[in-house]
Amino acid sequence: MYAYDELDRTLINERVSEFRDQVKRRLSGELTEDEFKMLRLQNGVYLQLHAYMFRVAIPYGTLSSEQLRRLAHVARRYDRGYGHFTTRQNIQFNWIKLAELPDALADLAEVGIHAMQTSGNNTRNVTSDQWAGVAPGEIEDPRIWSELLRQYTTLHPEFSFLPRKFKFAITASEHDRAAIKVHDIGLRLHRNAAGETGFEVLVGGGLGRTPFIGKTIKPFVHGHDLLSYVESILRVYNQYGRRDNIYKARIKILVHELGIEKFAQEVEEEWLQMRDSALAIDGSVIEDLRSRFSYPAYEKLPHMPDELKKAAHDPHFEAWRKNSVFPHKVPGYAIVTLSLKPVGGPPGDATADQMDAIADLADKYSFGEIRVGHEQNLALPHVARRDLPVLWKALDKIGVATPNVNLVSDIIACPGLDYCSLANARSIPIAQELTRRFANHETANLIGRLHINISGCINACGHHHVGHIGILGVEKNGEEFYQITIGGRADEKAEVGTLIGPAVPYAEVADVIEDIVEAYLALRARPDELFIDTVKRLGVEPFRERVYATR
Amino acid sequence: MPLVKHGKVTTDTFVHVADDAEIPGDGAILISAARFLEDAEGLSGRVGRTGVIWPNNRDVDDLVRYLGRLAVVALVFPTFRDGRAYSQARLLRERHGFKGELRATGQVLRDQFVFMLRAGFDAFEVKKDSDAEAFATTVKHYSVFYQPTGDGRITALHRRMQLRHSESAGQ
Amino acid sequence: MTSPLEQKKIRITGPSMVTANRTWDGVVIYRTSKHGWSADLSDAAIVRTSDEARALLTESIADDVGAIGAYIAPVEIKEAGEIRPGNLREHIRSEGVTIDLPVPA
Repeated sequence: MYAYDELDRTLINERVSEFRDQVKRRLSGELTEDEFKMLRLQNGVYLQLHAYMFRVAIPYGTLSSEQLRRLAHVARRYDRGYGHFTTRQNIQFNWIKLAELPDALADLAEVGIHAMQTSGNNTRNVTSDQWAGVAPGEIEDPRIWSELLRQYTTLHPEFSFLPRKFKFAITASEHDRAAIKVHDIGLRLHRNAAGETGFEVLVGGGLGRTPFIGKTIKPFVHGHDLLSYVESILRVYNQYGRRDNIYKARIKILVHELGIEKFAQEVEEEWLQMRDSALAIDGSVIEDLRSRFSYPAYEKLPHMPDELKKAAHDPHFEAWRKNSVFPHKVPGYAIVTLSLKPVGGPPGDATADQMDAIADLADKYSFGEIRVGHEQNLALPHVARRDLPVLWKALDKIGVATPNVNLVSDIIACPGLDYCSLANARSIPIAQELTRRFANHETANLIGRLHINISGCINACGHHHVGHIGILGVEKNGEEFYQITIGGRADEKAEVGTLIGPAVPYAEVADVIEDIVEAYLALRARPDELFIDTVKRLGVEPFRERVYATR
Repeated sequence: MPLVKHGKVTTDTFVHVADDAEIPGDGAILISAARFLEDAEGLSGRVGRTGVIWPNNRDVDDLVRYLGRLAVVALVFPTFRDGRAYSQARLLRERHGFKGELRATGQVLRDQFVFMLRAGFDAFEVKKDSDAEAFATTVKHYSVFYQPTGDGRITALHRRMQLRHSESAGQ
Repeated sequence: MTSPLEQKKIRITGPSMVTANRTWDGVVIYRTSKHGWSADLSDAAIVRTSDEARALLTESIADDVGAIGAYIAPVEIKEAGEIRPGNLREHIRSEGVTIDLPVPA
């Protein structure tokens, strides 16, 4: 966990005090909404259907228990007792009052939490792998570089008014859990043939109206050149990104219109003039950052402790263990995923009570640390395997031990028309119905890994383009309809899904998904051929036939 | 529209000369880029200080060779949300070493003063009187900066390194 | 439910009202016939022509301090003159989310 020092805290406090003054000037009329809107967006404050929505940053998805308790406090004191974890590792509160925001921000600032740049045409939360620092096989902790980038991009005077939003993601694992290929800049930390640490830099990935998979602009940028190289990309984008049409303003459009070669050339020309500037990263700077990350004092523990052997007799525990517990790089430890997708529940939500309880469990069993994943679940990253049985009982009691991680009912969904003013259709009730249809764990395990993503509009905050099954809400004659895609994926083999046919009405969506799943079970080559692989092998046609035969 | 320089409201000694108006023989003038480039050589040699208003959708490369003879370069924020002039400002100051007055024009509001100073602006045609008057207090809002720009402010990263060295030196 | 936030041409096809969110707390409000705002849909001023709608919207937008994001939205007028939301989006804004909140109110 990175420890904020006095400098980091001072900056956050200065930001809070500036925003307090801006809110005051807005409410007195000194600032018009036109002048204020971008300022509030830069502090994570949206206007939604019923109320303001407040998006708080959780840098690279890492929280301390103290911080999680403070989020619970904000939910209670300023909102309606719950929060929603997002596909960018942030948390959202849906009922906040503008007049109370400065106080909420001040309360958060006390524990080093802020909402800087979680919205607006600037650089957003740098997301990473929620298993960063504990996943086996990682070459080093990508969060150190995420923190370096976070600081570099925070209140950057040149890049606070870009043509549009700008998102970074970093991974250091072979298996990409950070979806770097659908980000404006994706960074893959690795070592080159000479053993040096650096990044494959991808650019121009993104979802929304025009989804693009990111393209490699440079296969290896040395660690010490990372910031100067990123600055070159941002400068080219700031100057040449389109500002005439918000639907064509992301960097993915610029890359597409120029072509990756020409774009890479522009960046290279800019970079060659600044690579040895003040942005060159000294090894000592990285070491200093690294020293601020504290890691647990792990014990030497057995892989198969007695507690675990005893608990193996409990089928419920075993079902959960097999589903939600993942290998840790330190022997005797495990990474535990907490499912925020209970049957019938809105995906990704947690109540203030749950947050407090999880914070307590993190203190007891995870060295006080919690992670937020972009699939809208939480994780406890440092659990001793001997503690798994007692932890499971506690998690089950608070409702975050549904053994459905990565399965069909582990749905990623945006808030949709129930909350969001951009939406065309609701997404949460669709997700809820699907969790009910697929509530049976045996069935879900029979189906295997299957990612369903739901977006209530083309802005694609639910990442439907890269869902194994993607559901997109559209409007037809005042009614809610849904387009279904299959075959998308967000990992290192990232791909945009394919539409299977005409949009279907709200009441039929769950039936259609059931038909798709049935088709898969009938068509798969072997029980362990995953849905996504069956689609790859057979294409969309057999699924289309099955679904539209009677529609 | 008040002009802020050296932290306070001052009189603007430069006169904006419209494209179709005659350029005075001497005196300080601000003219459009198009007009300047029509006769750059001639204008750079005129008596009296000359300044250029450079549009935000044009490469500053085209102006670089004249920088030594220009007293002012005025950059434009058509809306405060259009941030192209920040890049232009940094390039002029940091890459091309422009030493004259770098002026922010357009929709210049107090909430961007700190960003503008950090990018190299040192003069501001401020939209609102109240913002102009609040300039000195507004720029004191922030004392910590994460990124290096040409403004000479030490970054947080380097302050930490300094503190570390002085700590270990003290041992 | 297409976002009405980018309404450029004002053209209504039935009885409509102007709605917005209150600046200080974000609460949903409706423009009344008395040049004010109410959080109660039954107080909404009803317009029936595009000209009336334009006029009501213009006056609403002028209150930049009190309200943000004003736009024109359809209503349904019931038998006894009761005003009901005219589409799902307005229904959700007036009644609340269509799902159970994680914490009972």
